Amino acid sequence: MMIAPRKLLGNGYLALVFLFLYVPTASVMFYSFNESALVTVWSGFSLKWYAALTTDDEVLSAAWASLEIGLATAFASVFVGTWAGYVLSRFKRFRGLTLFTAMINAPLVIPEVIQGISLLLLFVGLQEAFGWPARGMLTIWIGHTMLCVSYVAITVYARLGAMDESLHEAAQNLGATPLRVFVDITLPLISQALVSGWLLSFTISLDDVLMTAFLSGPDSTLLPMVVFSRVRLGLNPEINALGTLFIVVVTVGVLLNNHLMLRRQRRRDRDLALAFARGGVPAYDDPVP
Amino acid sequence: MSATLSSALRGPMSAGLRRRLGPWLPSGRTLVIAAPFAFLLVFFMVPFAAVLKISFADVQMSVPPYTPIVEFKDRVVHVALDLDHYRAVLTDRLYLGAYVYSVEIAALTTLICLLVGYPACYLIARSDPSRRNLLLMAVMLPFWTSYLIRVYAWIGLLKNQGLINRFLLWAHLADEPLKLFHNNWGLLIGMVYNYLPYLMLPLYAHLVRMDTTLLEAAGNLGARPWQAFFTITLPLSRRGIIASSLLVFIPAVGEYVIPELLGGSNSLMIGRVMWDDFFVDTDWPTASAATACMVLLLLLPMAWFQRIQKREMAGR
Repeated sequence: MMIAPRKLLGNGYLALVFLFLYVPTASVMFYSFNESALVTVWSGFSLKWYAALTTDDEVLSAAWASLEIGLATAFASVFVGTWAGYVLSRFKRFRGLTLFTAMINAPLVIPEVIQGISLLLLFVGLQEAFGWPARGMLTIWIGHTMLCVSYVAITVYARLGAMDESLHEAAQNLGATPLRVFVDITLPLISQALVSGWLLSFTISLDDVLMTAFLSGPDSTLLPMVVFSRVRLGLNPEINALGTLFIVVVTVGVLLNNHLMLRRQRRRDRDLALAFARGGVPAYDDPVP
Repeated sequence: MSATLSSALRGPMSAGLRRRLGPWLPSGRTLVIAAPFAFLLVFFMVPFAAVLKISFADVQMSVPPYTPIVEFKDRVVHVALDLDHYRAVLTDRLYLGAYVYSVEIAALTTLICLLVGYPACYLIARSDPSRRNLLLMAVMLPFWTSYLIRVYAWIGLLKNQGLINRFLLWAHLADEPLKLFHNNWGLLIGMVYNYLPYLMLPLYAHLVRMDTTLLEAAGNLGARPWQAFFTITLPLSRRGIIASSLLVFIPAVGEYVIPELLGGSNSLMIGRVMWDDFFVDTDWPTASAATACMVLLLLLPMAWFQRIQKREMAGR
């Protein structure tokens, strides 16, 4: 038996890597139920930090503001990102293509500090010249959207690339306008990419510190800034509770999306197999299984 | 809804009017391209112009806290370009040290991520397809959950009375608590932890697409597994290694939250220095000059990344 030890070694290594990835968050979740205010000393089960959250006005109002910005960011990023990804995928050649792809790729890697400072200076300059926009929810919204657009664009681009182009051609040959083709055919086919882009943008927006700090005004304190200013002072059981809520919600959302995605794909594969088994072209009056 | 949308786009313009204006109006294609193009131009490129402008201004106690560069006084246009901030950034030990330190930490982070992540990606890519999805999901999940909370989590692990030290003392692996928090160890652990998924996802995508028939051929010809790995797998995954390393290295240079929370008070990465310039000293011109220098520093790796991405996109 020479294979077994090697396989064991491989599995052991993977287990270690996943331990490294998951122990920290697991510890945050575990100690959120700790009674003691000393976060890493277990003294008994308690939900009091969750109760404390519900009466913490600073956290609550910041959470509402963050939720608002998160939703607005998610929709804006999906809108702009889909548009950009579509342009990238459908129009292979146009003047400025290199600049366009650079402007989509660069935000994926450029340090947020740079993007934060430069956007802030743009807004300050605009305000000086035109008296608008003041730093606040609007500027944060734009900043967060800039953080997420590229992810959505790349995802949509990849999805469009994997798509069957003949569907578009068929629709166009049948006389559909490009907009009609986009709304009726392209959008439904890339809906999964849109959902994951939406989710990712929402989560990026909810815990972004740098962009928020640079672009926020006096009347816009968001959740990540409250969390960051408390965490700077050290461990805080309330933050454990908040983090646990966040992790649970995001995990459920991502797993659900993934599950639905896989199920839909399986169903489509089955339909195709069925259609081929019946002799090639799927007939439209076939009952949908 | 789509019908109303498209008829709205066609608009109330009469056919005759459209024919006469036709040559002067931008085509639909141009408009479709121009909209996202303009958005990115305004909110990604133009801001750099603002950075450049203010890096040449001077500090002033006012709102905004810098002097105008171009002034119109007594019917003469005065242009005052102040190069002092660049001189400061390029000669000051604080800034130079911060740049060097940031690049060092980012490079080390990338290297450790590669050493940890490559074998893991390799193992996942070679495991059977039914398990693959699950494992990939497990790599991706931390990438989605809160970045801030994940960095925060390490405080509880790394502290002197943290979980790691308590475990080591309990297991008699150490006689006294190791100093892991608020120094380079904590910083590096936090960086690697946070950036590992960024490295693993693109690298995995490369490894899983790789043609395995070459490996089989090598095996049939009598190559040992490690020989096959070093002569075939590693060279073939070069592009994936470079792309994913850049995806870690470039943002890591400007990292702010992790050094602030886990690093020592003297571990000044450039992101932290810029933050302090901005929020503590309100010295916007110097922060702008530092930003401009940082963009210059990262221009080459970013161009490299762009080239790889473009090739990837062309050959998708």
